[in-house]
Amino acid sequence: MFVVETPRIARKSKPGQFLVVRVDERGERIPLTIADSDAEKGIITLVIQEVGKSTIRMGVLREGDTLLDLVGPLGKPSHIDYFGKVVLVGGGIGIAPIYPVVKAMKYAGNSVVSIIGARTKELLFWEDKVKEFSDELLVTTDDGSCGHKGFVTDAVREVVSREPQVDLVVAIGPVIMMKAVAEVTRGPAIQTIVSLNPIMVDATGMCGGCRVTVGDRTKFACVDGPEFDGHLVDFDELMRRRKMYVDEEKTALQKCRLNHVATQHTFRAEHKG
Amino acid sequence: MEEWKKHKQPMRRQDPHVRARNFDEVALGYTEEEAVQEAERCLACKKSPCVEACPVEIDILGFIELVQQRDFLGAARKIKEKNALPAICGRVCPQEDQCEELCVLGKKFEPVSIGRLERFVADWEAANTETLAPERPAPTGKRVAVVGSGPAGLTVAADLANLGHSVTIFEAFHKAGGVLVYGIPEFRLPKAIVQREVEFVKSLGVELRLNYLVGRTITVDELLAQGYQAVFIAVGAGLPYFMNIPGENYNGVYSANEFLTRSNLMKAYRFPEYDTPIKRGKRVAVVGGGNVAMDSARTALRLGAEHVYNVYRRSRQEMPAREEEIENAIEEGIDIRFLTNPTRILGDGKGWVLAIECIKMRLGEPDQSGRRRPVPIEGSEHTIDVDVVIMAIGNGANPLLPSTTPGLETNKWGNIVADEDTGKTSMEGVYAGGDIVTGAATVISAMGAARRSARAIHDYLMTSRK
Ligand SMILES: Cc1cc2nc3c(=O)[nH]c(=O)nc-3n(C[C@H](O)[C@H](O)[C@H](O)COP(=O)(O)OP(=O)(O)OC[C@H]3O[C@@H](n4cnc5c(N)ncnc54)[C@H](O)[C@@H]3O)c2cc1C
Ligand SMILES: Cc1cc2nc3c(=O)[nH]c(=O)nc-3n(C[C@H](O)[C@H](O)[C@H](O)COP(=O)(O)OP(=O)(O)OC[C@H]3O[C@@H](n4cnc5c(N)ncnc54)[C@H](O)[C@@H]3O)c2cc1C
Ligand code: FES
Repeated sequence: MFVVETPRIARKSKPGQFLVVRVDERGERIPLTIADSDAEKGIITLVIQEVGKSTIRMGVLREGDTLLDLVGPLGKPSHIDYFGKVVLVGGGIGIAPIYPVVKAMKYAGNSVVSIIGARTKELLFWEDKVKEFSDELLVTTDDGSCGHKGFVTDAVREVVSREPQVDLVVAIGPVIMMKAVAEVTRGPAIQTIVSLNPIMVDATGMCGGCRVTVGDRTKFACVDGPEFDGHLVDFDELMRRRKMYVDEEKTALQKCRLNHVATQHTFRAEHKG
Repeated sequence: MEEWKKHKQPMRRQDPHVRARNFDEVALGYTEEEAVQEAERCLACKKSPCVEACPVEIDILGFIELVQQRDFLGAARKIKEKNALPAICGRVCPQEDQCEELCVLGKKFEPVSIGRLERFVADWEAANTETLAPERPAPTGKRVAVVGSGPAGLTVAADLANLGHSVTIFEAFHKAGGVLVYGIPEFRLPKAIVQREVEFVKSLGVELRLNYLVGRTITVDELLAQGYQAVFIAVGAGLPYFMNIPGENYNGVYSANEFLTRSNLMKAYRFPEYDTPIKRGKRVAVVGGGNVAMDSARTALRLGAEHVYNVYRRSRQEMPAREEEIENAIEEGIDIRFLTNPTRILGDGKGWVLAIECIKMRLGEPDQSGRRRPVPIEGSEHTIDVDVVIMAIGNGANPLLPSTTPGLETNKWGNIVADEDTGKTSMEGVYAGGDIVTGAATVISAMGAARRSARAIHDYLMTSRK
């Protein structure tokens, strides 16, 4: 977890938006969701899952370190409005980006049911933060080490069948999870928004690397999204496209001889300008 | 006429077999002797039709005469009166459609190699002199924001700084230069040259703010509210077109913008030393016939491809790429399939590209562009096995900035509507120029528009009461 001083992004950031980071001169541009922001203090919070070279490299940064490049906020903000009863789902690292949506939906007067889940207890975070703005919070872990044993989709199914009326579902997390949530809500035809995470380069709409198929149309997730109607998204294509560089990613990881244990730090990095 | 005067003095280039596998610059430039000899070919026509054909009206005869007299520095200064970026233009301008097209010598023989001379003179100046920033004029106290740091943005910034205005450039990327850094590859335009020009603009007092996506990080209205009295929009034509044929989202299909950005800006050609990956296809098909297509094809080759096809729906004659680059590409072994158009991309069942299906074309009646329209020949479908496909069929206007700037008029293609002579848009104090106004065009036309607009912005700043 990172707290980053960047007044110009903090000032403009809205729920659902992300930024692009480049750690050093040889680094790639990686997109990360703005999980929280404070315009007055000029800070934002990023939560990062260490999955490959760039994210592991971010993990070894220390308090006071500087990120070379930071651009944002990017993407269209979430559509925040009064819907009535909303179910907000964050799976794994998706807990971070669902949090600002929870907060904003609550402020907009909705009745908020939040569902967060992870593989196991150690990977859960922000239960308190999410709870603070939720009328109800359901927690799931795959192994049952905390909350209900099972997937977040099980909880979604339960809530959907129990509540007489659900007006909106927002799901953020692994692609497979978002796909499963969209399947649960397709039958009862509950509007379902998902936040897509294809591979990006510029994240300004100039390369098309992030293209996704939504209802038979090609969209650029970085500028047309990242949020889309979950019932129209071609999730299988997205999963495939996210694997485009698996071989190269392995090479990159081998090259980066970082003797590193995944941990979570809270510290401050600032960037110039 | 002596035989040597009939032909262009050839420019030394890396051997095609060698250069097809490295990213070093292909063309090596003239020596002093070669340059003087080429300059001697000039007929010194009184009317100088070449100058009329130059979008920024460089005094071509004037600089060529200085080369003849071996006053290379004087020649460089002469060019710089009109063109701030000669080392770049000498390398990338489509001279055969501009100055050299109208060269009188070219009517019977080969035209004078004006582009190569421009390049020589600019390189000579860089190698032999310290670039001194001109003296700073008295500050006017006026502030101008420039959005985008491509050739248009850099030119307008330099011109306005030279007039005493305080100029800030806002650039979305982490590096300045626009297409010159992310699009045109190192082997055609070394990045050190672009960097030199950017440094020069900075030395004039221009402030460069990178990682600012105008429309998201800050809006045009906010810039005006923050005390910039004028804004110049030069965001280029950055939206890649796809063909909308089946299979375009398979893994292995790129837009040229993505492919070139990964390789050039992110230095994926040096992966894993640099972190950004790129698919190194064994058999690559590039679709399109412009500079972008040539650059993509030749980059794919240098990334190690065994066979690179260039699929183009018209014939050689209609190809919009620079003549020299088409020749270079063919020499390097790019397999250009003229009068051929893709109909769909075939996958391997696991989501990866396997082949591209194409159809043969013939040329029919001329279309609006005056070029003969390609018409498919029924039943001529055939497939080419490839593992990477690069779409280089054109770029349009990125809607991001216009859509976040209420009151800024655009046309039906999304280009900003701006007066041709001044760059004035529908918003007071807001000007625009370059590819965002004209659609994808050339470096020199973007610079020309910027230069005209700089004059208009100066007039506006000095007369407006704001
Ligand atoms: C809009 C958006 C928001 C995101 N928010 C977060 C977040 O808040 N926290 C977080 O931990 N992760 C987030 N991600 C994912 C994050 O960007 C990737 O995990 C990261 O780029 C992986 O880089 P790496 O070098 O560590 O791993 P690699 O080994 O390079 O890749 C691991 C996997 O990550 C994906 N990936 C790789 N490169 C990119 C790229 N340039 N853009 C997107 N995905 C990529 C691929 O599917 C790949 O298989 C977000 C992605 C998007 C598109
Ligand atoms: C691969 C390729 C090869 C080419 N080869 C040639 C050639 O050989 N000869 C030739 O004459 N022309 C060539 N061209 C065309 C030429 O490069 C362009 O016409 C020219 O660069 C246009 O200049 P510009 O300043 O209008 O825009 P650009 O060079 O496109 O620069 C625009 C800049 O604005 C930035 N930007 C965009 N949106 C925003 C925003 N919202 N906020 C802040 N910044 C933003 C971009 O990141 C970019 O840096 C080529 C183009 C390409 C793509
Ligand atoms: S990341 Fe390049 S267009 Fe979306």
